[in-house]
Amino acid sequence: MILHRRQVVKTLLSERGDLLVVAGLGSTAWDITAAGDAPLNFPLWGAMGQAAMIGLGLALAQPRRRVLVITGDGEMLMGIGSLATIGVQQPSNLTLVVIDNERYGETGMQETHTAHGVDLAGVARACGFKYSKTTSNLKSLRSIIHKGAGPNFAVVKVAADKLPLVLPPLDGVALKDRFRRALLGDSAEVLSQKR
Amino acid sequence: MQPDWPQEVHRALGKARVRIVGYVPDAGHSRLIELCQGDRKMLSVVLTTEEEGIGLAAGAWLGGEKSVLLMQSSGVGNVINAAGVLKTCRIPLVMIVTMRGEEGEFNTWQVPMGTATPAVLEAMGVSVQRAARAEEVAPLVSDSLKNPHATAVLISQLVIGIKSFQE
Repeated sequence: MILHRRQVVKTLLSERGDLLVVAGLGSTAWDITAAGDAPLNFPLWGAMGQAAMIGLGLALAQPRRRVLVITGDGEMLMGIGSLATIGVQQPSNLTLVVIDNERYGETGMQETHTAHGVDLAGVARACGFKYSKTTSNLKSLRSIIHKGAGPNFAVVKVAADKLPLVLPPLDGVALKDRFRRALLGDSAEVLSQKR
Repeated sequence: MQPDWPQEVHRALGKARVRIVGYVPDAGHSRLIELCQGDRKMLSVVLTTEEEGIGLAAGAWLGGEKSVLLMQSSGVGNVINAAGVLKTCRIPLVMIVTMRGEEGEFNTWQVPMGTATPAVLEAMGVSVQRAARAEEVAPLVSDSLKNPHATAVLISQLVIGIKSFQE
């Protein structure tokens, strides 16, 4: 069965509770926005390769919350060293999901390394992720995101669809401030002033 | 006798409640890294490349924690594109950078990035402070931790000592 990215992301984010979500730049930022823009979404418009590390920083700062990073295969490949860094830290509350269309979707659908057999789940497993699989079982993946002792890593292979853009807010300061306010409440401002 | 700048910086980080310390090892940072690793209130995060420290800092700040990034000047070249997020999202990271490629450097391959370090940081919107003497390091770090924007404190090779290739 061929999976489609928007449906996969919508399924993963439905009834998300207080899940904190970071999305890599490009298609996955549009995907989480299509599923419903939310204050506890942090969609990236730049810093390619940093989605997993932003997830790690968030997971270490908020050990009692579940953190989900949704990113593309090209974005993950650019930050592949961060899998080793996460493997050392072993954050039990962090899950990375790679929506893998085997393409650089924003630049003309050129093939990525995963189109040529590079196995990202294998890399993550070798780096010490507790769970790491290429999977199409979204029900089980949802349970891992919310309850699985991580760090967790999943690749979901999807069709190379070219879809209409669904853009999140563009203002980086506004995205950051709304996320911090939703997560930290009034202390977001206090923390900023005490700096 | 030279002031013990790593201990002073470690104390300044504790006082400012910095709990996450990203680093790519450098000989000049070895003592400060050990002090942070030995501090139960701090999480030391070893990185494969300095660029990861930018994402780490952005995520930590989203989660309400301050972080610092320890690296050598050659690492400044590795953070350039990612550093854009510090400016676009206004994230208050302090980078503590030990300099290579300054006056007296034996390894000429270190010179181009060492020379370009302040210009590269400033071009990306990171403000630059320079510590030419050991006693200047900790006060500059303390001040920089109060900034609402990203700041780099460059520690001169005169403070660290010139790397010897004789050993």
